[in-house]
Amino acid sequence: MTRRIGVFVCWCGFNISATVDVQRVSRSLLDYPGVAWTADYKYCCSDPGQRMLKEAIVSEGLDGVVVAACSPSMHEVTFRGAAEAAGLNPYQVEIANIREQCSWVHADREAATAKAIELVKTMVEKVRGDESLQPISVPVTKRCLVIGGGISGMQAALEVAQAGYQVILVEREPTIGGRMAQLGETFPTLDCASCILTPKTAEVGRHARIRLMAFSEIQKVSGYVGNFEVEIKKKPTYVDWDKCTGCMECVTRCPKKLPAEFERGTGQRKSIYVTFPQAVPYRPRIDRESCIYFASGRCRICVRYCQVEAIDFEQQETVVTEKVGAIIVATGYDLMPKDRFGEYGYGKIPDVIDGLEFERLNSSSGPTSGELRRPSDGKIPEEVVFIQCVGSRDQEKGMPYCSKICCMYTAKHARLFKHKVPQGQAYIFYMDVRAAGKGYEEFIQKGVDEEKLLYLRGRVARVFQDGDKVMVWGEDTLSGKKIEIAADLVVLATAMVPREDARALAQLLKIGTDAYGFFNEAHPKLRPVETLTSGIFLTGAAQAPKDIPDSVSQAGSAASKVLGLFAGDALTHAPTVVEVDAELCSGCGICVDTCPYGARELDQYERVARVREVLCQGCGACAAACPNGATRHRNLDAGQVLAMIDAVLD
Amino acid sequence: MKYAYFPGCTLHTQADNFRLSCDASCRELGLELAELQSWECCGAVFPLSTDNRLPLASPFRTLARAHATGQPLLTLCSACYNVLKRTNYTVSGNAEVREKLEAFVELPYAGQGRVVHLLEAIRDDLGWGALRARVKRPLSGLPVAAYYGCLLLRPQEELQFDDPENPRVLEELVSALGAKPVLYPHRAECCGAYLGVRDSESTLGAVRTILQAAGARGARVLVTSCPLCFYNLDSAQARISQEDLAFKPLPVLYFTQLLALALGAPASQLVLSRHQVDPWPALQELGLGEVVA
Amino acid sequence: MQISRSEVRSDFVLRVEEISGEKILGCYQCGKCSAGCPMIQVMDCPPHQVLRLTQLGSRDEVLASGTIWLCASCQTCASRCPRGVDLSRIMEALRAVRLRAGQPALDLGSVPKEVLGDVPQQALVASLRKYTS
Repeated sequence: MTRRIGVFVCWCGFNISATVDVQRVSRSLLDYPGVAWTADYKYCCSDPGQRMLKEAIVSEGLDGVVVAACSPSMHEVTFRGAAEAAGLNPYQVEIANIREQCSWVHADREAATAKAIELVKTMVEKVRGDESLQPISVPVTKRCLVIGGGISGMQAALEVAQAGYQVILVEREPTIGGRMAQLGETFPTLDCASCILTPKTAEVGRHARIRLMAFSEIQKVSGYVGNFEVEIKKKPTYVDWDKCTGCMECVTRCPKKLPAEFERGTGQRKSIYVTFPQAVPYRPRIDRESCIYFASGRCRICVRYCQVEAIDFEQQETVVTEKVGAIIVATGYDLMPKDRFGEYGYGKIPDVIDGLEFERLNSSSGPTSGELRRPSDGKIPEEVVFIQCVGSRDQEKGMPYCSKICCMYTAKHARLFKHKVPQGQAYIFYMDVRAAGKGYEEFIQKGVDEEKLLYLRGRVARVFQDGDKVMVWGEDTLSGKKIEIAADLVVLATAMVPREDARALAQLLKIGTDAYGFFNEAHPKLRPVETLTSGIFLTGAAQAPKDIPDSVSQAGSAASKVLGLFAGDALTHAPTVVEVDAELCSGCGICVDTCPYGARELDQYERVARVREVLCQGCGACAAACPNGATRHRNLDAGQVLAMIDAVLD
Repeated sequence: MKYAYFPGCTLHTQADNFRLSCDASCRELGLELAELQSWECCGAVFPLSTDNRLPLASPFRTLARAHATGQPLLTLCSACYNVLKRTNYTVSGNAEVREKLEAFVELPYAGQGRVVHLLEAIRDDLGWGALRARVKRPLSGLPVAAYYGCLLLRPQEELQFDDPENPRVLEELVSALGAKPVLYPHRAECCGAYLGVRDSESTLGAVRTILQAAGARGARVLVTSCPLCFYNLDSAQARISQEDLAFKPLPVLYFTQLLALALGAPASQLVLSRHQVDPWPALQELGLGEVVA
Repeated sequence: MQISRSEVRSDFVLRVEEISGEKILGCYQCGKCSAGCPMIQVMDCPPHQVLRLTQLGSRDEVLASGTIWLCASCQTCASRCPRGVDLSRIMEALRAVRLRAGQPALDLGSVPKEVLGDVPQQALVASLRKYTS
């Protein structure tokens, strides 16, 4: 049967037409076998451009279309939609990419035009073999997994749950709240962090549609949008949380004390402990590494004092498998360790602390009950130096990027210090003050006006112990003076960095990270909460340094993406996947090993290979690997590929 | 319109050309200036310290006496205007300062009086239309650069005289007299004020920049409203010419001299003999010479 | 230079704040004052630097600067300052600290006779006020 294929060549303004003679491309295809119609147009993607395509399909009775234009990732969906509106099956429309793969990368007009003609001919050959296909329908599991129980993860979980869907919230730590739970007050309002956080943690804890899995980690993820299967590892707490009443008698009685991670070493905890007083869930866990019983087989004091026999030294790790339709990743950030910086004492000077340590020292629930006392001798500091950009904007020892929140939290720290020690003086070494946010610049200037913060423009070169003082050598580039300050306390605003295991999680989820390990969004401007893996979304500082307001608003955005996904009863999947001719298949299983998506499986009874169509991404690896040609790629079969090659070689 | 007139120290000595041309102009305009029976120096500079209010006593006394006449207080010199109006502003807005001054000077006054510069009297009380109607000898074709300096304009919230970054009142006056205002970027840049007393070199750079900017844009004369600006701009030109042979002198006039000229006042009232840079050739060249002669 | 509370909030700084009525630390050193200062070409230290040194409590360096005597109180800086700091008031306060310590900046006897005879009265009154009282 003779095909009636239409060819439409786009100028893309000057993007294509400056390098490729689009009219010649159009003319030269007119005589090509099977081509019934050609045209060129300045912007084929525009409304008039699409109208031209639709009218030609109808008036010329076209049964196939090649649009020679930009990458199919830009406008394939546009032109297929236009064709469908004109009554043509959308899988009879193919794109010849003569922009990214031709005009943008070549300078010679003659050669580029010749190449464009060849590219169009190959796509005419492809269309010649294309079948009319219908999309595959895929069901959606309307349950969402949220990884990370910080402010961003909790917010996302609550928004999805409030819209009526089930949520599984997985938190690695024994309690939710994340970094925000460590904070004393928040900028730019100086309201207490726990006052606004605990209503959220409590709501998450009691919400009927949120299943909170604390002290758990993601172990394996398979499946695809709408149909993920997730293995979640529940780590042993050695306390049966169902029996435990949260009386904390065990904690009181435990004889073993060690530095508390939550307090960043400024305070202590027991071997059996609960992270902080408002923890959700309010249940203790035994830290096996430090527990006397696990080391020596003796002690068991906790067992003796537990009225409900909840202590269970035999508790084992368990793994549960859950089906979810969407995943929100909210794993947060870390601070760069201060022991990276020799010039600031390698983390060895007790009165040189980082921002989160300051938060704990200043917190009413912290180790000093909010009295600001320095770690070395408990003295109330009066001369306090704050150093910004420690590891940020530092391509040599740290990170090239700006950590975004340090200018604000340093101003907050300095102001809180002055509230507690009015006679004290705060010095802030800065590179630039970046206070872009509602009420942020005003917050900084209020600190200068009311708390007399002295901003010194420059980096600190060295910090060293000098008697009971910490000597600070800095530069004030505004006056050109070298500044020396004998400080009582030095606070380093260390860079925000990705979680150490962010890359490993990215591999499990098959999503990307940037050069630093922050998760990559699908598009930096237009798809900021999506990943390139459909159905997986990002929120909070796991994506980039971010403050609380931004993390919360991104959580809402990620949740709305999930709700959009759950709004329909089924998703569609492209039909351009592989199929198997059972007559030819020998059941060798090579395809199963080849497939990177787990889309191929062997039918053990029939001894033939099958295709799980919804998992197939149409990459063609199995079709190429199949030794006897039983696997065929729909609309890209061997015959089509050979014809396309012939078109170039002719 | 009748005003209580405060001439200030300089108008009765070096700046008699300013005073006499003002008197002649006001006669033509029907503005009645009644010099205060008793007045004393305003202090020449407004004190900027907040812990010593004594320098405000003298301007306060002038303000109180003027208020007792029932007429607005009018000044001609920009410095007097600046000191008196700012003192008035301070007194009206700061009860503590007012009480101190009232007790010290032994006159009651709460800053309710009005302090006006002659330019404001012409603009706001007389109006440009009325001025234009009284022009007998339009200064057609004369390109005039207006120089405001600092004291008329800043601080704006206290003086409320004109826009300090783009003042207009002098240009509007120049236009009303039939002359052509020349705009240049340095109209409100400081000329160096009194700094020359301590070091006569210090103000030369600023003066030269102002004059060159106006000259380069075609001005043939420059008008001002401050005896100190007049002195700095006029007296420095001989020295600048010695150092820079390419420098073209630019005659400096008080705005009242142009005003009197346009209103048809007798030439003797202009007192052009006071000027180091002779304005005569410029006026003559434009056909205004006969009038002056 | 070593700095501490005793420089940053020294008697000198507090005195300057009291006399001027301005907040010394209010300035964020954008430099707009110096950029528009008509006298900067004859100053030994730009105005914003004088203020910076005051912020750091460098009393001696600030009071030794010729800049404080070359400020003509024209208020150009004050009218443009985005932080509402009236630098001309701070300059006046710095002059006041020197003058009240009995350190005038003008000896009328050393002014040339022709200058004395030539300048308008207001210049004499103003310079005596600014340089000696």
